Order: sequence, then C-alpha cells, then structure tokens
Amino acid sequence: MSRGQVWFDDAAGPLVRPYAVTRGRTHSQQTQLEMITLVVALHPPDHPALARMNPEHAEIITRCQRPTSVAEISAGLRLPMSVVKILISDLIERQLVIFRAAATPDLHVLQAVINGIRRL
Amino acid sequence: MVFVGSDPYADRRPDDMAVSAVKLLVAGGFGVGKTTMVASVSEIAPLRTEELITELSRDVDDLAGVEHKTTTTVALDFGRITIDPTIVLYLFGTPGQDRFWFMWNELADGALGAVVLADTRRLDNCFPAVDFFERRGIPFVIGVNCFEGSELYTVEEVRDALGIGTEVPVALCDVRRRESSRELLLTLTEHVLMLATAAAAARG
Repeated sequence: MSRGQVWFDDAAGPLVRPYAVTRGRTHSQQTQLEMITLVVALHPPDHPALARMNPEHAEIITRCQRPTSVAEISAGLRLPMSVVKILISDLIERQLVIFRAAATPDLHVLQAVINGIRRL
Repeated sequence: MVFVGSDPYADRRPDDMAVSAVKLLVAGGFGVGKTTMVASVSEIAPLRTEELITELSRDVDDLAGVEHKTTTTVALDFGRITIDPTIVLYLFGTPGQDRFWFMWNELADGALGAVVLADTRRLDNCFPAVDFFERRGIPFVIGVNCFEGSELYTVEEVRDALGIGTEVPVALCDVRRRESSRELLLTLTEHVLMLATAAAAARG
C-alpha cells in the first residue's frame, strides 16, 4: 500500500474513537471473554456500586439479568466487542457479574444441538 | 463447566447458572444470503455487533517513530436459537470482504462447524471460505443457494467445480425458507456429530 493511500473505505465503516468509555484502556483484564461467553448479573441494576461507574456499566447489568452473550451486549450497547469486554471486566472485578465460557462441544452437546434444530 | 468468579448469589437463579453457548458459522461471498439464512432460523431479529480493526502503520519519514493508529470497525450479523434450558446456539455470519480475514480466527475459535453458502453464478466467491475451513480442520457443508434466474446445477457439478471430495456434504437450498435453512443446519450438525463420533472411536 503506497503512502497516503487509505486502506479503509465506506464498506469498512466510520472511523471511531470508542475507547472513551473505557478511559483509554484498550485491553481487557479478562482474556477468557469471547463473543459467545455468557454474562449474568449478580445484582439488580440499582446496586449502589454502579452509581460510581459509567452508565454503560449499568446498562450491561440491566441486559444481563438473564444470561447474555458478549456479542449481544455489544450489539445492544452499539459498542465494539473489544470495548464491551473491558467494561465487563470491570464488572467482574467488582463481583457484579459472573460469566460462563462456551460449552465444550462433546457428543452430548452435539446431539442436543441436533435435537434442538429438528424442533425448529 | 462452572461459572468463574466469586459467586455469592449463585443460588439466586439456578437455571441461569446451567446455561452455556455454542456457535455455528455461516460463510460465503458478499450477497450470497448469509444474513438471510441467519434471519430465517433465528428466534430474534438478527443483531449486528462490531469489532475494531486497528492498523498500526509507521511512517518511514517519521524520525520520532510515532505510530499512527487508524481504527475502524467490521460488522458481524448473528442470530440466536435456544436449544434447551442448558444450551444456546449462536449463528454468526462471516464478514464478506476478504480483508477482514483476521476476524475469521476469532469467529472460528470454538465453532462447531460452518455452512458455506455458494451462488452458482459466482461460485469462486466461496473459495476463500472453503480454503479457510479446510486448513483449520473445521467441519463444513456447502449450501448451494438457488437464486431465481440462476442456472440449476447438480450437486455433483458443484462439487466438481469446487474441487471438494465426497466427504463434504453439498446440498441445494433456498435460505429464505426456514425449512430449507433448518435442513442445511441439520446436514451440518449431523456431519459434525459423525466426524466427532469417528474421532472418539479412533481414540478408543
């Protein structure tokens, strides 16, 4: 790519400054968080600890009253997944949410998935 | 697998503690019907998430060596199917543009398998996806999406054109129809189960 030539275009979406909500942090402390990791709130959204955090943290707690994936949280908050992972890490540190890693795809899980798709 | 982290309220919602997720991918060229397929079987309207792409480039004339950081995003569409009280299935469409290959690694990580959608008018558009899944050893099936106005080819003709062996299932489909998408997902997951069963038997 030659100098001065931009590598992004309309299809790549707008340039963003998304790390404002993470106060400039670009890396999550929780490297186990993946796009289908399920996050569950341990408290209601009116928990006092949330008053000292960003509105985005409270919104995650609201959305995670039922198990919700990192990808769904990202879509709901309209924030990139890497940003959402940092915010979720903050909540994990403060013991406001817990998370569950993706299922191990063993034969039992695969059979259950097949049965579930048959019922569609 | 158990939830990670301190958990003083674990007994508050026992059902929530038992659920975990799996994912399948829907790949193929731009405009082949990936999001249409996700929408046809998802229990929610397809959601769009974004991931950041950061490209670090160093200007050769910059004696200070300051890195210029350009950030943009790539969009991913996905849907959800609740399989049972303990398993949620997510279906992710892969980005259509070749330059977003880096994103495929994160998508493919832990994926059970993939549907590669092919359009017979632009068959070569699905070659990169076929290559990717072959190299990564991720089970996949080919869905030949039958568009109006496209010539109908037989499964064998498509298999020959793609240069894939008989071990990879190829099926004709119309992913606008829920039943057709469901059949394709069944073909994939049964193929995945067959491979996993054979692998388990080989291990003894």
